Amino acid sequence: MTQPVLSLRNLQVEFKTRRERLRAIDGISFDIAKGEVLGVVGESGAGKSVTGSAVVGLIDPPGRIAGGEIHLSGLRIDNLPPEEMRKIRGKRIGMIFQDPLTSLNPLYRIGDQIVETIRTHIGMSEQAARKRAIDLLAEVGIPAPEKRIDGYPHEFSGGMRQRVVIALAICAEPELIIADEPTTALDVSVQAQIIALIKRLGRDHGTAVMLVTHDMGVIAETCDRVAVMYSGRIAEIGPVQDVIRNPLHPYAKGLMGAIPTLTGEDLRLVQIPGSMPRLSAIPPGCPFNPRCAFAFERCRVERPEPIQRGAQAVACHLYDSSLKESAA
Amino acid sequence: MLAFTLRRMIQAIGVMLAVGIIAFAMFRFAGDPVNQMVSIDTSAAERAAIRKSLGLDDPIIVEFAHYFANAAQFKFGVSYQFRLPVADLLKERMPATLELATCATILAMVFGILMGVYSALRRDTLLAKAFQAISLIGISLPTFLIGILLIYLFSVTLGWLPSFGRGEVVKIGWWSTGLLTLSGLKALIMPSITLGLFQMTLIMRLVRAEMLEVLRTDYIRFARARGLTTRAIHFGHALKNTLVPVITVTGLQFGSVIAFAIITETVFQWPGMGLLFVQAVQNVDIPIMAAYLLMVSLIFVTINLVVDILYTVVDPRLRATISRPA
Amino acid sequence: MSDAVVPHKTDAGAPAAHASASGWFTRVIESDLFYSFCRSKLTITAALVTLLFFLLAIFAPLISVQNPFDPAQLQLINSRIPPLWTADGQTPFLLGTDEQGRDVLSAILYGLRISLVVGVLGVAFSGALGILLGLIAGYVGGAVDSLIMRIADVQLTFPAILIALLVNGVVKSVFGNRLDAASMLGVLVLAIGLSFWVQYARTVRGSVLVEKSKDYIAAAQLIGLPAPVIMLRHVLPNTMSPILVIATINLALAIITEATLSFLGSGMPDTMPSLGTLIRIGNNYLFSGEWWIVAFPGFALAALILSINLLGDWLRDALNPKLR
Repeated sequence: MTQPVLSLRNLQVEFKTRRERLRAIDGISFDIAKGEVLGVVGESGAGKSVTGSAVVGLIDPPGRIAGGEIHLSGLRIDNLPPEEMRKIRGKRIGMIFQDPLTSLNPLYRIGDQIVETIRTHIGMSEQAARKRAIDLLAEVGIPAPEKRIDGYPHEFSGGMRQRVVIALAICAEPELIIADEPTTALDVSVQAQIIALIKRLGRDHGTAVMLVTHDMGVIAETCDRVAVMYSGRIAEIGPVQDVIRNPLHPYAKGLMGAIPTLTGEDLRLVQIPGSMPRLSAIPPGCPFNPRCAFAFERCRVERPEPIQRGAQAVACHLYDSSLKESAA
Repeated sequence: MLAFTLRRMIQAIGVMLAVGIIAFAMFRFAGDPVNQMVSIDTSAAERAAIRKSLGLDDPIIVEFAHYFANAAQFKFGVSYQFRLPVADLLKERMPATLELATCATILAMVFGILMGVYSALRRDTLLAKAFQAISLIGISLPTFLIGILLIYLFSVTLGWLPSFGRGEVVKIGWWSTGLLTLSGLKALIMPSITLGLFQMTLIMRLVRAEMLEVLRTDYIRFARARGLTTRAIHFGHALKNTLVPVITVTGLQFGSVIAFAIITETVFQWPGMGLLFVQAVQNVDIPIMAAYLLMVSLIFVTINLVVDILYTVVDPRLRATISRPA
Repeated sequence: MSDAVVPHKTDAGAPAAHASASGWFTRVIESDLFYSFCRSKLTITAALVTLLFFLLAIFAPLISVQNPFDPAQLQLINSRIPPLWTADGQTPFLLGTDEQGRDVLSAILYGLRISLVVGVLGVAFSGALGILLGLIAGYVGGAVDSLIMRIADVQLTFPAILIALLVNGVVKSVFGNRLDAASMLGVLVLAIGLSFWVQYARTVRGSVLVEKSKDYIAAAQLIGLPAPVIMLRHVLPNTMSPILVIATINLALAIITEATLSFLGSGMPDTMPSLGTLIRIGNNYLFSGEWWIVAFPGFALAALILSINLLGDWLRDALNPKLR
């Protein structure tokens, strides 16, 4: 087995409040291989974005990594000193945020922002960095980059700004790109272009991509594998086609049922009753049990661990082989 | 851009007209100018003659136009107390006030920005909390009390600094400056601190709040995600974005500093326009009051105009919205 | 949209569910925990000090050894006596006496009365004026609205002290320079009221504009109910908390303004001194060594303003957590 680019082992993230410790991420593990696109999907508050922030070491206090390990190409990075971690951010891990309108400093020319980032990570002359910035802008599909490089962010449309953000994320040839809802704030017509761009860049440079989104359509189109998150845990993870065609976890089933299809065979949209619990009120056992149609006694007391089913792994007691008879 | 500048200038002229009406109303209706100019035994005929010569028999509109035309040429009439043209009095006093206000503003900006940035970046340190406490005291202590306190400490007790006046001044043309002599500089210290303290507090609070706000924005988060150094983030990105509104506000406040100088000038017997104004209020010297109001308004309006136009130069976003045809 | 925040059904009724909202909110509280704890102690102290000042002002005649406003009670033989604890101190003059033989403590207590009366009345006047103009501007709209708000804009660029001085000077010139002490009090209230109305007017106007666009106003008008009455009933409760905050902060500002005017010699006369007047008088004796004449009134004024400001800060934070 080749070494994965990103490897999370039993990662836990806590937010300490006056009354209690809230566990935003409760023991998640996954790998992303070179050139692979992993989609992370779930409702808001499921811990998708926190996972991304944890990987780049940007969890704001009072949040902190409470346990587990994060490895980047074999190097453990969750306990690096801040200055070491800073050198990794932007150089080895590129990040793309949700809202391109607010991601760029409005008072700086985009060229200056790119050159600044390049020169922070790569020893390069001003001119060389500028030339590289123009190449990057061309690569992400900005027309007439040698002119646009001196523009200010407000002179770019939302889609174009997201391209600039992507150029910034890849300017030091990172091994890993974390894209946190990169298309949510964009027009539908632009979304597909940005997704195609991220996919192409991942393929061309062999970059591993962690794509956080709540849009199953994006996942289906872009990802190799998908992790379904619920209440800070991974409910199910596996190859994207398997998970979409044959979801195992009751929550994943509900989620897939919630995607409208155009085939028209089954027009009834499945709705999952209730909503995800707040961090302060996660029930014991399986966090999904109050909403689960198949929940039984064990689900209310014992936390399900991931169970391998073919290429998929599912955290659900229904698939525990020792209890086969109870599986529906 | 040109249309914007023009629109702002028309607005500025509108404000000046409004203030002019108030100044004129004061000048004309609050106290009879004739009574103030003559003695008790002046005959009615003489009074009428003076009245006519002052144009007080003309229709109000004509009088106002006359007053405004005069004011536009800096002719504000004659002071009741000094029997001198108000314009000459103001011209003589203006350098003192402007030097004081400028020093106070520079002092306030330098220390206000330093303290504000520090207390935003090192929020929980003891020093930051001390700054917060100082800012509360700076807002709560009336200016004149601060002045008295300083005089008591540095003039009465220690005898280091003069408690009143400008010290020796040097004339450069009609401008008298205290900046070129040692005694002039020494005399400037305490009044500048007194006048600047309130502004400093204001700037410090503003810088702190703005900086904390900026540090929470997405582009700072993204700058961190890009792996920029803390130094580059704090003093490059965050500070630049913080200072744009701060400099605007400070610029706009310069007018208030001049007006606030009234108090400081009284405490330190600083021979500026403010002291002249306070004495005018006490002695009901309406021409000086009206002229002072006009002068301060003119300074206000000019600064507002300049800051507005400069702002668009600093912030590229505004430049875009303004140059876009409406 | 799966991102919509849906009320939590499954565990409604569970005690944890209606505990203080989400973790993010508690997180914010947590980070300022130590600070707010400290400040709340400070706030309690400030409230007590403010209350003490009000009580001292109300009961001044009972506590004071003399009525400092009554020239008959002042004896020149008692002039410039230092505070009681110094070598030359004399009973009953705890904080010493001034040039005219006025007991400094009594003068402070009576001066406090004037400062508080002018402050409270000034705030009440400016509040009433501002609320009224705000309601008119917001409700009538059009030219009236723009006129009122333009005046507000222009006035806001001038410091209150300048406006107060001008009002003061104009009133004096109209009524002649010799106003008696009691009417001077009225002039100060007027000057302060005219200097501080803008903030109230803006707040109320904003709220009126918001309410005006709502359907119930149209509905009320449709069934013939007088819209102004209904709006008033909705607008005033909505603006209560910002108005309260503005009023508290303005109380401190009004007291400072009164003291400053009196210090500049355009406020209360020497025969009926407020704290500002006392400081002006005392300032003349700073160099001759009679520090107590200025120090104690100055200290009283600073303590009064500081405690009201602390209350105002706390009130602002408590009523509007977003502003921190």
